[in-house]
Amino acid sequence: MENINRPRYASLALFVIIVIVIPIVIKSPYLITIGIFIGLYALISLGLSLLMGYAGQVSMGQSAFYGIGAYVSAILTMKCGVNPWLAMILAALFSTLMAGLLGMVVLRLEGHLLAVATLALCIVFYTIFAQWKSMTGGVDGMPGIPKLSIGGLTLTRDFHYYYLIWAFVTVILVFSFNVVDSRVGRALRSIHHFLGGSEMAAKSLGISPMKYKIQVFMLSAAYASFAGSLYVHWLSLVTPSSFGFLTSIYPLIIVTLGGQGSLWGAIIGAAVFFIVAEGFRALVPILKPGTSGEYEILAWGLMIILVMQFLPRGLVSIPDILKEKKTKG
Amino acid sequence: MSRIADSKESPIDVTPILEVKDFHKAFGGLIAINRLSFKVNRGDILAIIGPNGAGKTTLFNMINRFQPASGGEILFEGQSIKELSPARVAALGIARTFQILQLFSNMSVVENVMVGRHLRSKGGMLATGLRLPFTRREERNVFDAAMSKLTMMDLKEEAFSSPLSLPYGRQKTLEMARALATEPKLLLLDEPAGGLSTLEIEQLAQLIKGIRDGGITILLVEHRMELVMGIADRVIVLNYGSKIGEGTPAEIQSNEEVISAYLGEEF
Repeated sequence: MENINRPRYASLALFVIIVIVIPIVIKSPYLITIGIFIGLYALISLGLSLLMGYAGQVSMGQSAFYGIGAYVSAILTMKCGVNPWLAMILAALFSTLMAGLLGMVVLRLEGHLLAVATLALCIVFYTIFAQWKSMTGGVDGMPGIPKLSIGGLTLTRDFHYYYLIWAFVTVILVFSFNVVDSRVGRALRSIHHFLGGSEMAAKSLGISPMKYKIQVFMLSAAYASFAGSLYVHWLSLVTPSSFGFLTSIYPLIIVTLGGQGSLWGAIIGAAVFFIVAEGFRALVPILKPGTSGEYEILAWGLMIILVMQFLPRGLVSIPDILKEKKTKG
Repeated sequence: MSRIADSKESPIDVTPILEVKDFHKAFGGLIAINRLSFKVNRGDILAIIGPNGAGKTTLFNMINRFQPASGGEILFEGQSIKELSPARVAALGIARTFQILQLFSNMSVVENVMVGRHLRSKGGMLATGLRLPFTRREERNVFDAAMSKLTMMDLKEEAFSSPLSLPYGRQKTLEMARALATEPKLLLLDEPAGGLSTLEIEQLAQLIKGIRDGGITILLVEHRMELVMGIADRVIVLNYGSKIGEGTPAEIQSNEEVISAYLGEEF
């Protein structure tokens, strides 16, 4: 048992070293910003990976919880003077509660219907953020959100937030690994009906599929909420445009790209997604002057098609595939 | 029956472990189960036989609550389970296997059995996520219990393989190991001998007897008479959802109605 999990410590250590070293080696502020976005979306995608990759429940509504985290943090710190860290925790609790209540309704649905219902959550919450002017500041949003501070140090620089966000990613990654390796993780996999689970068998063994679907939906909402809170304190600004339709689509692409049913997949997927998309954004105007960023949407499409076609188990399956090739050849 | 009466130390419990009263199930105009009543005595092996479409699997699905009954009552240890969820029924002590195997192919053999320990462990999402000391102990116990079930069923060597890599007969045994891991009081076996060779059926008969001797009551639905007649204490014959015969294997084999409906002249 113990030795099954041991390689995980090695890869975690390697992961932490890479995360620490990157800003030291790469000094470009632009790349640090990308590193921050990769971290934020890794957080959201870790939640979606548990929800979709392990329990088989698709969600196109993760932007709602990302937004709730962002707005609750912004409102509590600016309008009520609550300590930002406390606000972050309250925001996560509120997101979790909302996910619990909404999950009881939407998680009765399956497949495409669940996708559409969760998409509705994304749209409803976007509308609330944009229209509830007295509370959220409408489309202009809320500027001047206070920076976070640790002890006496106020976190003002981008690399502060880079390290803070990746510390969150690390803690949540370890938490998620622990969940996956436990009876809860097995219960989640047992209900993943199109990846080898069987709800019928799960029920016959005393597992309530609904209970675990709701719980993992709540957990994914908490992860997204933390990402939202961190995001607004870093940017000092919250606007509804950050929580639109695409914000829900990115994590879906990331989890598919990285590999369903793999937590590393969420992180590798986030990194590859942003690096390729940004690369495209930089490259296309060089090749065809006068064009702007819209071409990155081509990059996403291309990535999805290539991965679906050649790596149905995602980027994390590359080592396995290479190993298979080697033993065959 | 005599087995229970013989044990002097334990108080004699004569209430049936499962009692089905006037069970009814209709799909539109089709009557799948027709006013069926029977009792399962503690420590017995009760077999339900009948031709295809007799309503055997429907009956199982009604007992563990996958399908609601259209009418009637069902008591497990004297308590009505008619309105409970399948997960609750499992928690009370009813486990089952499936005619069409329902193994978790996204887990290893041992993990399949570990899922069977779900009810015997507690760690929730927060506790396991934080890796609280009790969850680590629990995980070890779950693993050990699963391994000992695998050892019992002679599946230990394959513990870390995929269940799909096992031969069909072994997959059926694995499903039984998983059900037993819940430590049920009543085990429902849905056609355990289906697709097995004569030799495998002999081994299966020994296995089922061993499970019963370990104190678990067994209700099985089966087609293969060589298994049923060898191990059952009592047999119930279903035809078009109605009970057309009940008795010991010997009585059933000489029952005229059963012979004409199902068994044929051979028996």
